[in-house]
Amino acid sequence: MADPVSIALLFPELLGTYGDGGNAAVLAQRLRWRGVPAEVVQVTAGEPVPTSCDVYLMGGGEDGPQSLAVRELRASGALPRALDAGAAVFAVCAGYQILGNEFLGPDGSPHPGLGLLDCSTARGKGARRVGELVVAPDPAVGLPVLTGYENHQGVTTLGSHARPLGRVSVGRGNDAGDGSEGVVGDRVVGTYLHGPALARNPALADLILSWVAGPLDPLDDPEVDALRTERIAAAHSRHANRFWVRKAVR
Amino acid sequence: MDLPVRTRLAVAAGRVVSEVSRRAGTGQGSAVGGRVTLALDPRSLELLAAGHRVGIVSGTNGKTTTTRLLAAALATQGRVTTNSAGANLLYGLVGTFSEAAGSKATADYAALEVDEGLVPRAIEAVHPEVVALLNLSRDQLDRIGEVRMHADKWRRALDAVPDTAVVANADDPLVAWAARGITKVTWVATGQRWRSDAAACPACGSRLRWAPPGATGAAWSCTSCDFARAEPDVVLDGDELVLPGGRRIPVRLELPGWCNRANAAMAATAAAILGVETAEAVGAMAGVGAVAGRYEVVTVGGVKVRLLLAKNPAGWAETLDLIRPAPLPVVVGINARIADGRDPSWLWDVPFERLAGRLVVATGDRGRDLAVRLRYAEVEHRFVDDYREAVRTAGGGDIDLAANYTSFQDVRKALAPTNGSR
Repeated sequence: MADPVSIALLFPELLGTYGDGGNAAVLAQRLRWRGVPAEVVQVTAGEPVPTSCDVYLMGGGEDGPQSLAVRELRASGALPRALDAGAAVFAVCAGYQILGNEFLGPDGSPHPGLGLLDCSTARGKGARRVGELVVAPDPAVGLPVLTGYENHQGVTTLGSHARPLGRVSVGRGNDAGDGSEGVVGDRVVGTYLHGPALARNPALADLILSWVAGPLDPLDDPEVDALRTERIAAAHSRHANRFWVRKAVR
Repeated sequence: MDLPVRTRLAVAAGRVVSEVSRRAGTGQGSAVGGRVTLALDPRSLELLAAGHRVGIVSGTNGKTTTTRLLAAALATQGRVTTNSAGANLLYGLVGTFSEAAGSKATADYAALEVDEGLVPRAIEAVHPEVVALLNLSRDQLDRIGEVRMHADKWRRALDAVPDTAVVANADDPLVAWAARGITKVTWVATGQRWRSDAAACPACGSRLRWAPPGATGAAWSCTSCDFARAEPDVVLDGDELVLPGGRRIPVRLELPGWCNRANAAMAATAAAILGVETAEAVGAMAGVGAVAGRYEVVTVGGVKVRLLLAKNPAGWAETLDLIRPAPLPVVVGINARIADGRDPSWLWDVPFERLAGRLVVATGDRGRDLAVRLRYAEVEHRFVDDYREAVRTAGGGDIDLAANYTSFQDVRKALAPTNGSR
């Protein structure tokens, strides 16, 4: 039997605030259900980052843990090497910001990122961007509508080489005034979608898997379809807020 | 009680509103009445609380139960005012005292559960003799960032009242951060196992290191600065409480599980500061069964349903231990309203894989999120949109039902015998 597809979950104790570890579970199960062996490798801070994994995942986290994570990743140099060897990277929120050229640290000064995506994150004005996020994917990506939940202070500006993951239908996304959300590079995706993103968007999960495991048979996901329909409708409902508030008070 | 006329009028008005609210069936009423009282007299809470020996309890998990246990201990010594319905915000506290002020005999003690965010304000207003700080972990993801912020606010509030005694959970780094440097602190080693919200040092942001459990539990320390777990004064060792000097008190509760023994350890330590001898305090706690519906057993269509509350990953870690073994069916209710946090992504931080080998019925506003989580956990499950129907679907003679905060409230209403029982 072939070597299992290995999925590295980077620093779950630092970058796992929003259940993003679920992305690893989703990727591994979707391979196993198709008869492809898969393993999840948890890499905690202080351990060496392996360069031989097939998919690398990072999630959301607070400012302090985020700068700890980027320190470790810059020191190790493992991610660029793994990408050169054909691996894929999927990063959410704080993890997404780390992949860019720079982001704002907890002290308010710019921190260098890993430079794997051509984007930079500054601290947005006003309240955190919190709520349901619906994204119409870039047609070139070839995905159905993306659904998730965003929760970030950062505002991400794309550089001239960056291609957005899609355009925001509901929510804020990159929030840099161009209506974009996320960035797609060569086998690298950064996004503000939590949920976790790959649980709510199995087509995105399968796209990432196909980059490292080749073409995959389709899977039936009736429960995920029902959840997607519910969340997308809730996000679009202009009265969503009032409805939920009324229910909560009662 | 000698209250100023303005306060007495404000209290009377609040109680009328509470009563109307209660009769209209819109809730317990004390919060809405408290709001009226406070609007009419902004000093009412301070004046109403005066004359009580007050203990307050805060933290992410276990507030309601610990407060109930503290009240049981204090009741051995005198009359106790307590917000037993979990009305733990400002209006709820005012309402709690207002309603108690109606009875002829004034209470000697107050045992108050206080929302994490309200601790500074409560300390100012009710002048507690003791503050028990249980734990701090992620609860509402759409309000993240507040966990560490609460610890900072607690710290500043406690610094301002050096005469107030603090009972702090030594095993929770964020609680330790809040209570560090406080002179009148009693450290309790509760044996807390949840660590996922304290990977980074609250003082400097470096990694925390956890030593294997020793005689006084698992010590932790920062890998970079000098912040570390304090030497505990009181230790929960299995089902015994070890007091300073080594005296051991057996902790035998009707409430199940380690988490409730930890709650009892914190409550007993707080009660000791308010003058209750520890063996007597723990003895009084033994008789506490259901607390605001938690652990209550209701019968629905011949099915005995035990109700469990689990609001967040830390709480679920304990609840999964309490759920009876497979093949006993389980119903799980998940909402994501304001009081729950709007983002249920935390479902992926709960090891629901442990429920395998039985039917799990997913329900609540966000039951579909749970159904997807259970699919990936490979747990046999069904989504049912109605609580009574969910219980019927689970079937069997005996089931466990676990729900998060507002779902739990809905469950209690939906499964109440008066609600379409057949």
